[in-house]
Amino acid sequence: MNLIIFGGLLGVVMMFGGLLMKQKHQATLLATVLMALLLVLNSWELYHDPVFVVNTKDMLETTRFGLLLNEIMLAAGLIYFLLSGRDIEKVGNHVAEYYALMFFIFAGVGIATSYTNLLMLFLGIEIISIPLYILTAADKRNLKSVEAGLKYFLMGSFSTGIMLMGIALIYGGTGSFLLTKFSILGAPMSYNLVGGMLLVLVAMAFKVSAAPFHFWTPDVYDGAPTVFTSFMATIVKVAALVAFVKLFEGSYSIIEGKWQMVMAIIIALTLLIGNITAVFQQSVKRMLAYSSIAQAGFMLFALFAMNNWGKEGIVLYAAAYSLATIGLFAVLAKMEDYTFNGFNGFSKREPMIAVALTIFLLSLAGIPLTVGFFSKYYMVAAAAATGGKYLWLMILAMLCAAISVYYYFRVIQAMYFKDGEIVSSLPVAPAFRYLLIGVAAIVIFLGVMPQWILQYLYF
Amino acid sequence: MILSSFIFIPLLVGLLLFFVQQQQLVKALSLAASVAVLAVVLYAVYLPAGHASLSYSTSWLGSINSNFALLLDGPAKITTLLTAVSFVLIFLATWNNNYANSSSYYALMLLSMSGLMGVFLSADALLFYFFWELALIPVYFLCSIWGGEKRIAVTFKFFIYTFIGSVLMLIGIIYLYNKTADQSFAWNSFKAVVLTAKEQAYFFWFFFIAFAIKMPVFPFHTWQPDAYETSPTGTTMVLSGVMVKMGLFAVIRWLLPVFPDMSDKMANIIIIFSIIGMLYASLIAMKQDNIKRLIAYSSIAHIGLMSAGLFAGNTVAYNGVLVQMFNHGINIIGLWIVVDIIEQQTGIRKMSELGGLAQQAPRLTIMLVIVALANIALPLTNGFIGEFMMFTGLYQYNPWYAVVAGISIIFAAVYTLGMIQKVFYGELNTAVKVVDLKAMQWLALALIVAMIFVAGVYPKPLLQLGEAAGQVIATTVTK
Repeated sequence: MNLIIFGGLLGVVMMFGGLLMKQKHQATLLATVLMALLLVLNSWELYHDPVFVVNTKDMLETTRFGLLLNEIMLAAGLIYFLLSGRDIEKVGNHVAEYYALMFFIFAGVGIATSYTNLLMLFLGIEIISIPLYILTAADKRNLKSVEAGLKYFLMGSFSTGIMLMGIALIYGGTGSFLLTKFSILGAPMSYNLVGGMLLVLVAMAFKVSAAPFHFWTPDVYDGAPTVFTSFMATIVKVAALVAFVKLFEGSYSIIEGKWQMVMAIIIALTLLIGNITAVFQQSVKRMLAYSSIAQAGFMLFALFAMNNWGKEGIVLYAAAYSLATIGLFAVLAKMEDYTFNGFNGFSKREPMIAVALTIFLLSLAGIPLTVGFFSKYYMVAAAAATGGKYLWLMILAMLCAAISVYYYFRVIQAMYFKDGEIVSSLPVAPAFRYLLIGVAAIVIFLGVMPQWILQYLYF
Repeated sequence: MILSSFIFIPLLVGLLLFFVQQQQLVKALSLAASVAVLAVVLYAVYLPAGHASLSYSTSWLGSINSNFALLLDGPAKITTLLTAVSFVLIFLATWNNNYANSSSYYALMLLSMSGLMGVFLSADALLFYFFWELALIPVYFLCSIWGGEKRIAVTFKFFIYTFIGSVLMLIGIIYLYNKTADQSFAWNSFKAVVLTAKEQAYFFWFFFIAFAIKMPVFPFHTWQPDAYETSPTGTTMVLSGVMVKMGLFAVIRWLLPVFPDMSDKMANIIIIFSIIGMLYASLIAMKQDNIKRLIAYSSIAHIGLMSAGLFAGNTVAYNGVLVQMFNHGINIIGLWIVVDIIEQQTGIRKMSELGGLAQQAPRLTIMLVIVALANIALPLTNGFIGEFMMFTGLYQYNPWYAVVAGISIIFAAVYTLGMIQKVFYGELNTAVKVVDLKAMQWLALALIVAMIFVAGVYPKPLLQLGEAAGQVIATTVTK
């Protein structure tokens, strides 16, 4: 609740604050402070009542699961502001507005992780999406950015339309917008309900860029300014996924068996397309775009299994994926050359950053001792706990993880085993290096002690 | 606590080394760490059976019932002892080598040692998987940074190969975890798990392929000669001396007791593949001109015999395997030390370009001949006892297998003696200058030769370490 109210409020503060500020880095400073405040407010809610108690008339409910994920996304957001603030300032002149838009997105995230009513889902997803369309096109003198923005907007609104239609059909089937009605009625299967669910499924699959609804992702991620790609690929994607999980948490019992088959096909396609296409990329940025599709495939396991393992897996995955991807994009945004060759000899240019990047890449590949391993582990364990019927899916997922090693390790190989032409160090402050190492240390710490974060789900 | 120190001494010293700059200090520290581990291992190995220090468990991931559980049983004694001895020998033998950026090199070596110790000790499936991967990562970097030409492609192949094996094993671990009675990763729960015949048939292979790639058993061996050839020799010694034992050890601890019926049923086919691998590798070894590749193929042949011995299903063969695991590690490290000395001093790996080194380096020659004879398993050397026991066991399983596998002994003599002849005798290639052994190398080789003779003449202490375990394995499989 705090996140929704204060996210919107601080967005407004940020917007008007921008009018008073003469220099760009003042905006970054203000945004970082406000972000930290938001993080504190959300943590407060883990232990106490929200600051404003609002009667939501069953439209929203605060759960520990939602709060913990908010917490992870806010922490990721804070790290993102700290690491990439300088790059956000370079995108254009309206720095304060960019930050304000991101605060609005966080308000949307708050709704998406706590809705119990389909109308609220729609609101949350839209509040997240519309600022994103603007951010994608923020670099308005760059044709690629504008093209990406337009493409994202058209495709996004189309999927929103599908979602609305689905919600309407569900209303026709159950006579209610409430998620709880799905399960309580145990519902006689009606065409309206099933059709509606499928349409909503398609729309949500679009938002988390699951195949075969992923086509917008590489172009939009590639075209958008790199700093905003980072935001889009991590925080927004995780939020959409949590909303997805919440949606089917209630409705699972209705279409049980068939539901798993649909999900299994989507997951298999997403994993295969994401991983195999990523292998052929020459640009690290595009590779990360496809890798984000591939990782979404793994996260969807939570939906496939719909058990506690899956929920815990989402928590770990949100942390693993956000931390590693934000770190990678933060460095990428400062590079001159986005191809794999641009990383040649990087370990000699920036030994500390290279170590951190290596840990992030190992985490994304799911190598033990990094939190990436446990996130993948929990996902596969979730699928295994549903019984051995979908063994092929687990095998496919693990083989895809092995494929992903190929493209993640290409960056490591370039950094450590090849010699590059550029020898000057990156134009970054020393604090940037230390912060990156700190994030890498968190990745390792959670890789040894995943319980530390999971314990907040239960107490 | 003693057992944890096997893992944490190299781990902590290794992490420390990243920040040490003086080269001599780095070498001294890594040698000191490995000697310290060896001392602790020796102390632990000779504790009486059932001593409280031989197992250790503390909670790690409470909610999914995974513990930091370590266990030092017979096979683990052999392999941890081998690891500790090997690293001391390796650090001694490569004392005079200078590596660019040596602090990272030695740090990664110690990290791989830590991972190996973890694999050999862990009595918890998830922990085992953790260390299984952790042993691999440092070696990947070692080979790729300090290796020879084509290193990036070769080590990458090696990494992907083993990683695919590992992920299959991970699925197996997760599946078995769900089938255990108390939902736990503990070794004892895994042993007690009841699976249907069909499940066994699937998951046996999931585990076995991961282990077979690591050993490597024919037809999963294709990464191995390239990796041995291109790695820096210190790392090759780790790979061939110790890391291949991960596969064998994993079969002993995680495959035979967990899938006893299936191990019995599949023994025939695995033994056949192992024997094919032995003969095939021996034939290729005879045709090699590159010394490193020759030793790599000879290693495949030896490992083939050990994997056949594992599935022969009788006590003699098991004890033979356990003894041979140790002795093969020592012998092959000895061979690599000699090859490394030759390569460092002449820059040549091809046997056809060498010759007559005996005149220049008599001491080196004597050492090599002894190690080579142990490699062919001549009586009175340490190689004999293990091979003899394995062939006896194989003969009990099926006489014909022993006969066919026995051919590889002849082949081994052919290529090993051929190597000695081409490199050390014959016409002196005058362009090549070899200085005889340096102090540290001499010490390392002397230790190896001493172990070869002691274990060859009086193998009882070594046999005793594994003996009880050999019986236990045999009874679980043939129950």
